[in-house]
Amino acid sequence: MSAAPAIVKVTGLRLDRGTRTILRDIDLTVPRGSITAILGPSGCGKSTLLSALTGELAPAAGTVEVLGRPVPERKRELLELRKGIGVLLQGNGLLTDLTAAENVALPLRTHTDLPAEVVRRLVEMKLHAVGLRAAADLYPRELSGGMARRVALARALALDPPVMLYDEPLTGLDPIASGVIMSLIARLNASLGLTSLIVTHHVHETLPIADRAVVIANGGIVFDGTPAELEGSADPLVRQFLRGEPDGPIPFDAVARPEAA
Amino acid sequence: MALAETTRSVGRAGLFSLAVFRASRPTRDFWQELTREIYKIGARSLPIIAVGGAFVGLSITLLGYRALQTYGAANQISALIGLGMYRELAPVLTALLFVGRAGSSIAAELGLMRATDQITALGLMGIDPVGKAVAPRFWAAVITVPLLTAIFCSLAITASWFQGVQVLGIDNGAFWQVMKDAVDFHEDFLPAFLKSAVFGGTAALVASYVGFHAEPTIEGTSVATTRAVVNASLLVLMFNFVLSAFLFR
Repeated sequence: MSAAPAIVKVTGLRLDRGTRTILRDIDLTVPRGSITAILGPSGCGKSTLLSALTGELAPAAGTVEVLGRPVPERKRELLELRKGIGVLLQGNGLLTDLTAAENVALPLRTHTDLPAEVVRRLVEMKLHAVGLRAAADLYPRELSGGMARRVALARALALDPPVMLYDEPLTGLDPIASGVIMSLIARLNASLGLTSLIVTHHVHETLPIADRAVVIANGGIVFDGTPAELEGSADPLVRQFLRGEPDGPIPFDAVARPEAA
Repeated sequence: MALAETTRSVGRAGLFSLAVFRASRPTRDFWQELTREIYKIGARSLPIIAVGGAFVGLSITLLGYRALQTYGAANQISALIGLGMYRELAPVLTALLFVGRAGSSIAAELGLMRATDQITALGLMGIDPVGKAVAPRFWAAVITVPLLTAIFCSLAITASWFQGVQVLGIDNGAFWQVMKDAVDFHEDFLPAFLKSAVFGGTAALVASYVGFHAEPTIEGTSVATTRAVVNASLLVLMFNFVLSAFLFR
């Protein structure tokens, strides 16, 4: 796995929000074809790291490379890069005035000159891949949480991006819907040859499909290894997170975050 | 400090307006969105504009008739209505009604799109959110407000005719002749259209700007809606003075 070329490469990254430093000294390499789980407690900066990968948040220090090139800051180049990155947002972000099929068709219609009939077929295929061909004409308000997440997944896959980023894909889903989403992620990653990064705090649902686990806490990476190594880790911080213990190195009470340097 | 912040806000709004113009590309999706927005913010504003125009026409006719009758010039009422409507009242009142009806809705929609990650999702799909969500609303307002103004004028004049000729007894021929003599197509009618297009564009830009940059919360959407109505209404009144000073010298 480590011999595969890096699709995402983060070096010496520091991310600030306003005057606060959220993450510092982040080094991360994601090989092609892998599923990497970025784990950590709520509010530790996982989604902030995702924002840096998509170019929403510029690094305060360090570099971020996606698909072999630095994430640009210029809007036009950034929009171009994002065509190669599929993102499943925690809130889905489905356009509420479009049907499921129209949502999936949106990136195809915007970024390609394909005839309407071809777009329609592709949309059918994408919805079929997530098991929702029958829901094509439903509006987001008519879908359950799990169905809406799957439509958002189909839309994120519409342009066949080589990289998929999942931001808390299981939030708000029941155990069955969670199982469906995780098996879809694993199946699509293998069948479409994707590289996936899953940002989540749902450890036990995510580790079975992950090739690698990265734990973020207290403003930095505290673990980077295989899921098996994570399970066997003796680090008190990692153990607290995996076992869900209220007391330990990760404080229950919110602490003041360090000011940006 | 407050001055610096105000200057920054004006600068940001200016850049946002430039971004709207830059993002206005006549793609297939753009025309579809434009048609939908013309229906949503234009056609759906018709009832309020029609009712508003009719009642303004009735009120001004009643008021003007009493004042003009004192000087034996009651049949000049149609000149007052014609000039008053085209030059000032119709463009301004239509724009204010539009701000209340459609401006608030634009701000609320964009605020909710922000709060529910729809704007973020567009950007992450490589789709310019300004081009997709703002530009069609802006051009729909520029197109529809002049048309709504024309309807407002038509209803106001019709109501004035009913009040003046049918109720107050002004001569029918004199009513139309005086209006025809007083109102000029190039000097009164076209400037009204121009002013309306500017007001429509202004209302849509202000509403879009505050909605697009709203805090992603329920309160943020509510604040954006209020701010859209207040700021757009004030700007319409200010721009009306400036445009009138240039157009009707």
